[in-house]
Amino acid sequence: MIEISNLSKNFVLHNQGGAVIPVMRDAALSVAPGECVGLIGASGAGKSTLMRMVYGNYLADRGVIRVGDVDVAQAAPREVLALRRATLGYVSQFLRVVPRVPTLDVVAEPLLALGVAREEALGRARDLLGRLNIPERLWPLSPTTFSGGEQQRVNIARGFAHGYPALLLDEPTASLDAANREVVLTLIEEAKARGAAILGIFHDEAARARVCTRVVDVTRFTPGLAA
Amino acid sequence: MSDYNFAYLDEQTKRMIRRAILKALAVPGYQVPFASREMPMPYGWGTGGVQVSAACLVPEDRLKVIDQGADDTTNAVSIRRFFEKTAGVATTGRTSEATLIQTRHRIPEEPLTRDQILVYQVPIPEPLRFLEPRETETRKMHALEEYGLVHVKLYEDIARHGQIATSYAYPVKVEGRYVMDPSPIPKFDNPKLESEAIQLFGAGREQRIHALPPHCKVVSLDFEDHPFEASKADHDCDLCGSGTSYLDEVIVDDAGGRMFVCSDTDYCETRRGAGHRGRLAATGQEDAA
Amino acid sequence: MTPLLQVKGLTKRYGARIGCADVSFDLYPGEVMGIVGESGSGKSTLLNCLAGHLEADSGHVMFDTRAEGLRDVRAMSEPERRMLARTDWAFVHQNPRDGLRMGVSAGGNVGERLMAVGARHYGDIRAQAQDWLGRVEIAADRIDDRPTAFSGGMQQRLQIARNLVTGPRLVFMDEPTGGLDVSVQARLLDLLRGLVREMGLSAVIVTHDLAVVRLLAHRLMVMKSGHVVEAGLTDQVLDDPQHGYTQLLVSSVLQA
Repeated sequence: MIEISNLSKNFVLHNQGGAVIPVMRDAALSVAPGECVGLIGASGAGKSTLMRMVYGNYLADRGVIRVGDVDVAQAAPREVLALRRATLGYVSQFLRVVPRVPTLDVVAEPLLALGVAREEALGRARDLLGRLNIPERLWPLSPTTFSGGEQQRVNIARGFAHGYPALLLDEPTASLDAANREVVLTLIEEAKARGAAILGIFHDEAARARVCTRVVDVTRFTPGLAA
Repeated sequence: MSDYNFAYLDEQTKRMIRRAILKALAVPGYQVPFASREMPMPYGWGTGGVQVSAACLVPEDRLKVIDQGADDTTNAVSIRRFFEKTAGVATTGRTSEATLIQTRHRIPEEPLTRDQILVYQVPIPEPLRFLEPRETETRKMHALEEYGLVHVKLYEDIARHGQIATSYAYPVKVEGRYVMDPSPIPKFDNPKLESEAIQLFGAGREQRIHALPPHCKVVSLDFEDHPFEASKADHDCDLCGSGTSYLDEVIVDDAGGRMFVCSDTDYCETRRGAGHRGRLAATGQEDAA
Repeated sequence: MTPLLQVKGLTKRYGARIGCADVSFDLYPGEVMGIVGESGSGKSTLLNCLAGHLEADSGHVMFDTRAEGLRDVRAMSEPERRMLARTDWAFVHQNPRDGLRMGVSAGGNVGERLMAVGARHYGDIRAQAQDWLGRVEIAADRIDDRPTAFSGGMQQRLQIARNLVTGPRLVFMDEPTGGLDVSVQARLLDLLRGLVREMGLSAVIVTHDLAVVRLLAHRLMVMKSGHVVEAGLTDQVLDDPQHGYTQLLVSSVLQA
């Protein structure tokens, strides 16, 4: 489902003397449907960078990032947009939403964007928020005022609202208590079971051991660190 | 008489105005620019109508001038005298006898005929003026038939008053093309705009002439659910008893007494001459004898 | 899929100075394109050239018309262009006073476009105006009030209702949230996002507010001195800017 090969990237800082910082060299990995692949490596090795490149958030300088039948590294913006809408989900560490929008709508939005009927989308959102133990009294409120852990769970609910065939998870269990961590891990297992291809970063080793089919050490792709 | 050219204006000017009139008749409802002249009266007193009348008059004409339906008000009397002096034409108060009628704010009650010309004095010929102040823009709107704005005005009327409160200068669409301001005639007169006579509109200060040729289709704008109504005071004339003519309300004392009389004085007199009587006619001075 | 709007080599000069130069992009149905850049970068010039408010010197603005498919708007006759402007297109001005009739009631403002395309039933026009005021969260009992009695945020929402009532397919917006305080901005952003999604609108939005484009625009063009220096997915351009100017722009934003 996710196929990466020869992927390279530099950051060029034009306003700091044109400094060129190589961050990725010849990365390659693949994630099959029903698989969960964990990215490991020291902080700064490029785990998040790789995830962001898969999502199209960072530009690739060279290489292929195939998600389904789209090469994200070459695709036009609207192809990436369509991919993100229907195929590729992303749970980032940060919640970015329009202030003032109720939590329930925030979670339902990915489904509404796909044209799912409003009631059905809201039903799915209620279901997920309930499972993730967001108190019902908070649903009509904007998540911008929530605690870090609550925001993280809203973000997860949003990421799992639609059954994306491919899913990127950036530390989904960080800052969660045991009960909620359990819920998230179950969600990931359910997604695997329905055949989603998942690429994730888990600092929580126990979690990683439980859900990941295998791990890939990105240090191999880090310029200057690779053997 | 020898001190003036016939009907005051020089022949070149009359020719220029006649050209504008012909063009206006050829494009009904379209405002034709013309080089309006200084006239020996202030703007707003009918300089546009006077120039159009001057360009149309021939020595055989019989002229009638009315102001709000009356032949005997200052403005009407002055203009009638002006043409008696400068053109030497015959004048009359009778609608049916006149060949050219200059009017301010009314159309005579008696239907006009194919041998007559009705000349209107027009203060502001542009029906879109108070909705869109830019002349460049209003001209473009006419050219492109963008008339939604006129309905915005009528919408505002209904929203504010529950009905279309515009009661004079009520906009009309001419021959399905140009929206035209019929000058400040009461909307009661709008149906009479479809006439056998030639109708010419002259705006002196604004330098525009527009026209309605005989039998031209003139539709008062409205909404499907708020249709146009040619309304008048819900009374009969207190002098001649007419139930169908446009009425003026006259306060007769300081105790709330009032009477309604035909605004068209000739029409009222003609009816009374034929024996019609209204509610207060017995006490009227004219009938005392 | 045919682009709704196809812009090729659009150039506008003010004498020797460049307004915008050689701008090309495609906009597809349902897409929102943001244009950012500092004051004087040419973004408003570009928007006005696209919308036909300014005559460009060269280039093409192709629009996918309902009747005849892709047509060059610049080659259309003025009546056609004006017809487009009040049916399939809409323009939201930064200052609501430029886009509203201040002497006409809220209902009349919304109804004007309906009447301009031939609506002649007062009750229907009013019902549609009422419906749209509701959609932009203006209370029903304000329908007969004039915009002068409205707050800035309400005026802007009224302007949006007035523009969208005829179901346009393409909306041009010039700093739609500029001049509004922050809480009002958020409400407007939410409203615009919902409308874009529900109506399948395409939009071109000019702003200098990067937070606004991040939330509203799918794609982004960055302009400097009349040239497009960078274009791409909004989050990609903001998070991984490639051009020096964009890097400067992104790093110059004050964090709240």
